[in-house]
Amino acid sequence: MSGIGTGYDLSATTYSPDGKVFQTDYAQKAVDNSSTALGIKCKDGIVLAVEKLVVSKLLVERSSRRIHNVDRHAGICVAGLLPDGRMVVNRAAEEASNYKSFYGEPIPGRVLCERLASYMHLFNLYWSMRPYGTAGLLATYDEDGPALYLVEPSGVAHKYHGTAVGKARQAVKNELEKMKLGQLTCREAVVEAAKILHKVHEEDGKPFEIEMSWICDDSGRVHQRVPAEVLAEAEAAAKAAMEESDMED
Amino acid sequence: MDLGPCVSTEATGKSQAPHTGTTIVAVSFDGGVVLGADGRVSTGTYISNRASNKIQQLTDNVFLLRSGSAADTQAIGDYVRYFAEQLACELGAPPSVATVAKLVSTMNYQNKEMLMGAMIVAGYDEQQGGQVYGCPIGGTLVREQWAVDGSGSTYIWAALDDAFKEGMTRKEAEALVVDALSLAMARDASSGGIIRTVTLDKTGAHVRYIGGSDVPTWFEDLPAPNAAAAGMAVG
Repeated sequence: MSGIGTGYDLSATTYSPDGKVFQTDYAQKAVDNSSTALGIKCKDGIVLAVEKLVVSKLLVERSSRRIHNVDRHAGICVAGLLPDGRMVVNRAAEEASNYKSFYGEPIPGRVLCERLASYMHLFNLYWSMRPYGTAGLLATYDEDGPALYLVEPSGVAHKYHGTAVGKARQAVKNELEKMKLGQLTCREAVVEAAKILHKVHEEDGKPFEIEMSWICDDSGRVHQRVPAEVLAEAEAAAKAAMEESDMED
Repeated sequence: MDLGPCVSTEATGKSQAPHTGTTIVAVSFDGGVVLGADGRVSTGTYISNRASNKIQQLTDNVFLLRSGSAADTQAIGDYVRYFAEQLACELGAPPSVATVAKLVSTMNYQNKEMLMGAMIVAGYDEQQGGQVYGCPIGGTLVREQWAVDGSGSTYIWAALDDAFKEGMTRKEAEALVVDALSLAMARDASSGGIIRTVTLDKTGAHVRYIGGSDVPTWFEDLPAPNAAAAGMAVG
């Protein structure tokens, strides 16, 4: 990849003349090329959803996880380089566990987010390490209610009503902006998320799976996979919506 | 020749380190907690401080009652205040009473070989209102409706069993704490002097000082000497 960053992109400790750290930008590209993941903050919880391309018929269905538990009240969906994502999730789990052990209460969502963002930022500072090529959609439910955060490879983290990462993130965000997110329940959001993912899935003919998790009042404020029946209903509704729109064309 | 209080203990067999032989009490009421302590610090039979403050503030809304080794409990209080302040910066909000109590009990547990601190943590927060936590020697942490500790506490367990009621008013709880402390101070040689109380509710911390002559007296107690009268008698 010669061209734009030539010469200034060889290490995370070099700025370009226009103030960029190219290694960080390249890490972000790894996330942008990943399959699409989205998160929605509803009035009663958070829904995380991700499109998983099935690369081989030999893979056991629904086996490779993109969404992981961090603690009972927190979960992360990773996008980008998946092994990097595993390390980030492990770190988050460690932070949550240490906090609980030392302070006697579950780690608040905003503290976990800060800790994770700080951690990811660390790898943008030193020559000897590369930035993580992952972004994490962090869903938490604590005393202040449900919260959705996105932590990016640069260490930037924000709190969202709804957001997406990966290939079709712009299309998903356009859909999310049309919705009244604050008024949805998680059950409704599960259906909407399935519809959106089916709609933005570009590679026709390439099979894909949807993995979804939620943390809401219905789940006892515990982060868990969306129950199989609920997900099946949502996918059926999504497929029906796609056929309808095909017929309209 | 009297060599003063800092010499051998073979005769008395008592420990010589300054020791908060104490009575400390904390009681929860409808809307907050009341904490109270006596003021006596003794070194053997010498009262090295007759008006000490055994109530230490840990955060805006959480206080610590100290009994056992004065040095140990002061050190623990200082460490916990430091950790709690750091946590408040990270949280952007005051830590909960439960968390502060956990910090105290953790120090007790991790250093149990070296420490002798029997403490009570009490405070008020938005999440659970008024709370009392016992943090005895060894590192136990247990939430209670009321707690007592210190050498004088042995004389008032039954009194509190009898008198404590859930959902008391602030005035009733304050009166209960003062009564309990004065009962213990009347019987325990290592407790006495003055009473200090702190009441915590959503309006904040309210500190009270009860001088020696205002401490309630009980059956067969001699009335506190009147300072003016004593002066006249000597002069």
